[in-house]
Amino acid sequence: MTAAAPAAILAEGLARTYGEVRAVDGIDLHVAPGEIYGFLGPNGAGKSTTVRMLTTLARPSGGRAVVAGHDVATDPDGVRLRIGVALQEAALDAKQTGRELLDLQGRLYGLNRAERAQRSDDLARLVDLGTALDRRVGTYSGGMKRRLDLALALVHHPEVLFLDEPTTGLDPASRAMVWAEVRRLNVEQGMTIFLTTQYLEEADELAHRVGIIAAGRIVAEGTPAALKRSIGTDVIVARVHGDLAAARTAVAAVPGVERVDIHGGELTASVADGAAALSPVAVALAGCGVHVAGITLRTPTLDDVFLETTGSHLEAS
Amino acid sequence: MTTAPAPVRARHPGFVADLTTVSLRAVRLTLRDPEAIIPALVIPLFFFVINLGQLQSFTEQGFPGLDFKAFQLPVAIIFAVTGVSRAGSLVIDIQSGYLDRLLVTPLRRLTLLLGLMVADLLLVMALSVGVVLMGFVVGVGFETGIAGVALFVLLGGLWGLAFTGFPYAIALKTGSPAAVNSSFLLFFPFAFLTSSYVPTEALTGWLRAVARFNPCTYLLEGMRSLVYGGWDAAALAKALAAIAGVGTVSMSLALTALRGRVRRA
Repeated sequence: MTAAAPAAILAEGLARTYGEVRAVDGIDLHVAPGEIYGFLGPNGAGKSTTVRMLTTLARPSGGRAVVAGHDVATDPDGVRLRIGVALQEAALDAKQTGRELLDLQGRLYGLNRAERAQRSDDLARLVDLGTALDRRVGTYSGGMKRRLDLALALVHHPEVLFLDEPTTGLDPASRAMVWAEVRRLNVEQGMTIFLTTQYLEEADELAHRVGIIAAGRIVAEGTPAALKRSIGTDVIVARVHGDLAAARTAVAAVPGVERVDIHGGELTASVADGAAALSPVAVALAGCGVHVAGITLRTPTLDDVFLETTGSHLEAS
Repeated sequence: MTTAPAPVRARHPGFVADLTTVSLRAVRLTLRDPEAIIPALVIPLFFFVINLGQLQSFTEQGFPGLDFKAFQLPVAIIFAVTGVSRAGSLVIDIQSGYLDRLLVTPLRRLTLLLGLMVADLLLVMALSVGVVLMGFVVGVGFETGIAGVALFVLLGGLWGLAFTGFPYAIALKTGSPAAVNSSFLLFFPFAFLTSSYVPTEALTGWLRAVARFNPCTYLLEGMRSLVYGGWDAAALAKALAAIAGVGTVSMSLALTALRGRVRRA
């Protein structure tokens, strides 16, 4: 999974505009075969538009993208044969049964009767729908629909799997089941997976590398560990009332503090050794005349990375 | 949640296979959608009975020799099949995102529309058969025999198919169920600005002039010729031309709308 490896997904200056709005503003991607790439960003950041271009549903306004070796603009059919897609909303036909949908999906990829039957049985076990597979989809719960949606994306054994917010709206048990399946597909079958999410934990748990997108641009990219390390070893977060500029100056002067950011009433200090720096930071805050409503020490999260690169918390965006 | 990878390889199924796949789904869903079929059966039956009750004596007195039941049977066909389509379900596919799921497969885009139309053709043919059986029940006979009955049903089916392009065009263009429902308004000028209740020569001046430009007028005359006029090549040719004309316009609109929907805008 180095930059020199042949890309399962390659994008160069990929852009998409809707009227005056640049939904995706010239992004570059290099996703290696067998990699799980997490595309993290808030609603409206451009995640789904990027997926729609990479899956041939939308034509790029600029730049180019190659998926599984085929250009999305000039050879969309070549791309379609090699990708599986589960879009943001579980897109299912409520009046058909799960088995009928699996069979139909197999037909669309040219599978013969025996292959369709085999894949339906395999995937029925995979998504754990049991006898519900022969019920109409309209009777399914949200979690069952998501699992069937995932199974449909896998019918033809794609090289690259696109999952657009696959666990949004799911209960914890269903979410864990989807995560386990994503890992298994990647480990056992070497499937390349492009996963969009607005959940920090999901990107952290699943992705080999994460790209953070905000306002149509990738603002940070790397492994979750490397991204978090870029913030510092530890983070001290203080909720402060009063003269924030004075607080920043006071904390920045504390030995071991690498960087201080203020967002709203929250002061964040990146430090190399949190345990050692916590007391001096608290003393510095007390000494500069501000009121400290709370102070915590923790390790950095991807939300800290998002905050650092965009100026706002992901989950508040 | 464990399984072994299956040794399958995706490939292009081909146009006919794609068409078959989309058609099978559309037929299956049609059979599961009785609320879309029942009105198409009830409305023509209702109007057929009411029209006979209200107008049969009056019309047959005004036009000696006219069998009003035979005269009305093609009208019942028009009422049964005009505007019957799967356009409503297409809108649901658009809104639910299922159309996008189909569009990320290698499916030939044209079959998205043609597959639905295959189901429509089967349905309107079945509805036409139902109306003809209703005619038999009330004593309508066909001077042209079994072949005439078959052609009568075929004309009804082709007319229904030709008309489907309009609701599909609206569905693909707007993705709106309300807009698709409003396409039913197109039915009225076609069905009523014509010789639906009395022969063309009995229409008042303005309506007779309008009826001359209504394709339904020629369709009705062609179908009536099969019931009580005997084989009339000229009337049948005009009926087929009327169907072809409407079909050309509606299908052009539908195909244009399909291109717009799938062009990856």
